Amino acid sequence: MTQTEAIPPAEDERIKQRSTFRQALIRPELGGICGTILVFFFFFLSAGDSGMFSPSGVLNWSIVSSQFIIIAVGACLLMIAGEFDLSVGSMIGFAGMSIALLSISLHWPVWLAIMITFILCMAVGALNGWLVIKTGLPSFIVTLAFLFILRGLTIFAAIATTSKTIIGGVRDAAKGDWLAPFFGGKIFTGFFQWMADIGWIETFSRGIKKGQPIVEGIPMLMIWAFGLVIFGHLLLTKTKFGNWIFASGGDAQAARYVGVPVIRVKILMFMFTAFCACVFATAQVMEFGSAGADRGVLKEFEAIISVVIGGALLTGGYGSVIGAALGAIIFGVVQQGLFFAGVESSLFRVFLGVILLLAVILNTYIRRMITGER
Amino acid sequence: MTEPILKMRGVAVESDETDSDEIIIEMKKIEKHFGSVIALSGVSLDLIAGECHCLLGDNGAGKSTFIKTMSGVYKPSKGEIIFEGKPMNFTRPRDAIAAGIATVYQDLAMIPLMSVARNFFMGNEPTRKVAGISFFDHKTANEITMKKMKKMGINLRSPDQAVGTLSGGERQTVAIARAVHFGAKLLILDEPTSALGVRQTANVLATVDKVRNQGIGVVFITHNVRHAMAVGDRFTVLNRGQTLGTANRGEITAEELQNMMAGGEELATFEGSPDV
Repeated sequence: MTQTEAIPPAEDERIKQRSTFRQALIRPELGGICGTILVFFFFFLSAGDSGMFSPSGVLNWSIVSSQFIIIAVGACLLMIAGEFDLSVGSMIGFAGMSIALLSISLHWPVWLAIMITFILCMAVGALNGWLVIKTGLPSFIVTLAFLFILRGLTIFAAIATTSKTIIGGVRDAAKGDWLAPFFGGKIFTGFFQWMADIGWIETFSRGIKKGQPIVEGIPMLMIWAFGLVIFGHLLLTKTKFGNWIFASGGDAQAARYVGVPVIRVKILMFMFTAFCACVFATAQVMEFGSAGADRGVLKEFEAIISVVIGGALLTGGYGSVIGAALGAIIFGVVQQGLFFAGVESSLFRVFLGVILLLAVILNTYIRRMITGER
Repeated sequence: MTEPILKMRGVAVESDETDSDEIIIEMKKIEKHFGSVIALSGVSLDLIAGECHCLLGDNGAGKSTFIKTMSGVYKPSKGEIIFEGKPMNFTRPRDAIAAGIATVYQDLAMIPLMSVARNFFMGNEPTRKVAGISFFDHKTANEITMKKMKKMGINLRSPDQAVGTLSGGERQTVAIARAVHFGAKLLILDEPTSALGVRQTANVLATVDKVRNQGIGVVFITHNVRHAMAVGDRFTVLNRGQTLGTANRGEITAEELQNMMAGGEELATFEGSPDV
């Protein structure tokens, strides 16, 4: 600092030089970055020759990671705003079933079914938020109630109308629809065909797809994941609204006193989380061509774990969308990587528990460092 | 004990000469009932630009309720508030802030996990349009924060520094600087010194003096008579929801104030008790 002469002695002693290591440590993404590097390093060594890093292998874990990213972005912004949503998993089942029932049972056009489902989900998200604000109850309890309510309604609606819990035929119904490809389609297919033609990626050697590349293109799911991360990151760090998200989660009362519309921020974040769950569900329905009443079970916890691994504090007010995305990548890579490495898949849960614990301990330590408490 | 007060008083007298007698806010016979509980039963107070009006009272005297009616958090059950010559009818704190009434709360002033710059502009973020989308203008925010903090005598390591790393006094100062920057005409300080050490208290009191000299009216809530005597131009004592009167500087002693706060009873004093 150049203005040292101007500082009264009383202030001087408060300015301690901070090591760059400590400075790096208080970035929320640090844990996520280290974890990602470690995970890739580990699987390069242990599963490098198993096809995990071949084009189809990469596509495999990228899709799984993208799924996690989509719900993690919503959960991340909501957690930074100081709330949880445990109904994400049930919302995924609910949204998928809603699309299938509207388009197959009621014969609505698929685009309309998708749009109505998005509106429904975001309305449920808003209701979640409104109840949390109005009752003053922890969002944990309110959304836990919706975890059961939505799941029950989904199963009931499916059984009552079709007496099945899985409704198929969405893929055929979606043929020629203008909106469905935005969720279930693939892009850059020409580019991948070209790469296959010149021999950069493998092609199918027999069957009806003979001559087509193994990797046809980039699934829209990945584009959504990428888009949501960019959107979430910009919103959080580069806009006025982002500052309100931090403020609402950091200390709602203090934020209210300076005029931050805390209620609006929180309800909007509940709606955004519902929106993300709906994107996930729509892409899944378009990919499988069917909706199941049991889809999305435990997804809310996977989203929250990704966010926590990414450096967000469970208590709100601190975190990063990039970190949450890295957490989701770690999640996806490890889940699929253990399969490629031929490791017993039950060990995945052990890994999950351990990494969650480590992440929370690290985060608590970091928070102490930021706030200066001991 | 009397020496530091006299020192501070010297500064205060100087600023008194530059004062206009413009009344910023006039609270007339304010009453506030919460159900069957009468929190305030007819409290009156007025504030002149550039003065520091100390509001004293013991815990439960109604200080907090009173300032919350002033800052738009509560609507008074009875009574009238005249702000800049017009009857005031705020329904939300935001309205009061927009009109120039800023409140700095003791522990709710700042969010520790957020950076100083983000805290400083919380709720009033500067924006910059890029391709039609308005973004938080971090550069402007950082520059203004550094400048204002330096003016108040706090040197930040960087504007990204989390507020959690600042001391209690510094946090209060940031909150005060923030209120002044956003055009406060009336600054309400809710027990800004009650949780602070000696040196930090002195810093905050010096900040109050700087603010007053800019022509801003300060309502300073405290139950510490010494802190009140150090900066106050006028003193109003609240007891059990009522005003026990307003006194000018020099017309009242610390001891009298202390006794009024206790409801007119003599306080048990120890030999050589330093606090009175």
